Amino acid sequence: MPVTKSDLIEQLSEALKLPKGKAELVVNTIFDSMVAALQRGERIEIRGFGSFEVRNYKAYEGRNPRTGEPVHVKPKRLPFFKVGKELRENVNAGTGTIEADDHDDDVVNDEHPDEDDDQD
Amino acid sequence: MTKADIIEAVYEKVGGFSKKEASEIVESVFKTVKQTLATGEKIKISGFGNFVVRAKKARIGRNPQTGEEITISERRVLTFKPSQVLKNVLNGLPAV
Repeated sequence: MPVTKSDLIEQLSEALKLPKGKAELVVNTIFDSMVAALQRGERIEIRGFGSFEVRNYKAYEGRNPRTGEPVHVKPKRLPFFKVGKELRENVNAGTGTIEADDHDDDVVNDEHPDEDDDQD
Repeated sequence: MTKADIIEAVYEKVGGFSKKEASEIVESVFKTVKQTLATGEKIKISGFGNFVVRAKKARIGRNPQTGEEITISERRVLTFKPSQVLKNVLNGLPAV
């Protein structure tokens, strides 16, 4: 089962004996402040976790992969996450089972498949 | 923005905590996220995005400097898929 924001709130509330409402406010504040930083075009760096930055993509002529129909893709800004060393190593060393993809990726949206650059 | 700025935001906006407590709370949230991902479980944050662990098969790669072929072993990687809401916000569009 994926862990959602509500689960994080629940776990925080239990771990630190915080009232639910307070824990909710904390978790929302964390992610809201990160969204605001990205909106300002600011880079976020969380040691041991990773970094987020906004990348600018130029307009290009794409194609609907399902129909082959050409489509014009406008310039856009997308957040890019780079996993930190510690988390990358812990994820790679992980042994739990990985749940199959739930195909929530809609194809048209996936123009930027994972970049496999692992050099640090 | 660093973790210190996030702690500051929690300290100011939520209130009722000392700076030290705010720091412990923020650390606790990131710790939970990290531990969850290390088990291969995905994290879904509505309005932000999903962190998904993917299993990659071994493949033959190449050292771009020397052209030498090397086997890249099987591994698990973490990917982040931003939510449509976040993508809209960054592009000045209505959130939903």
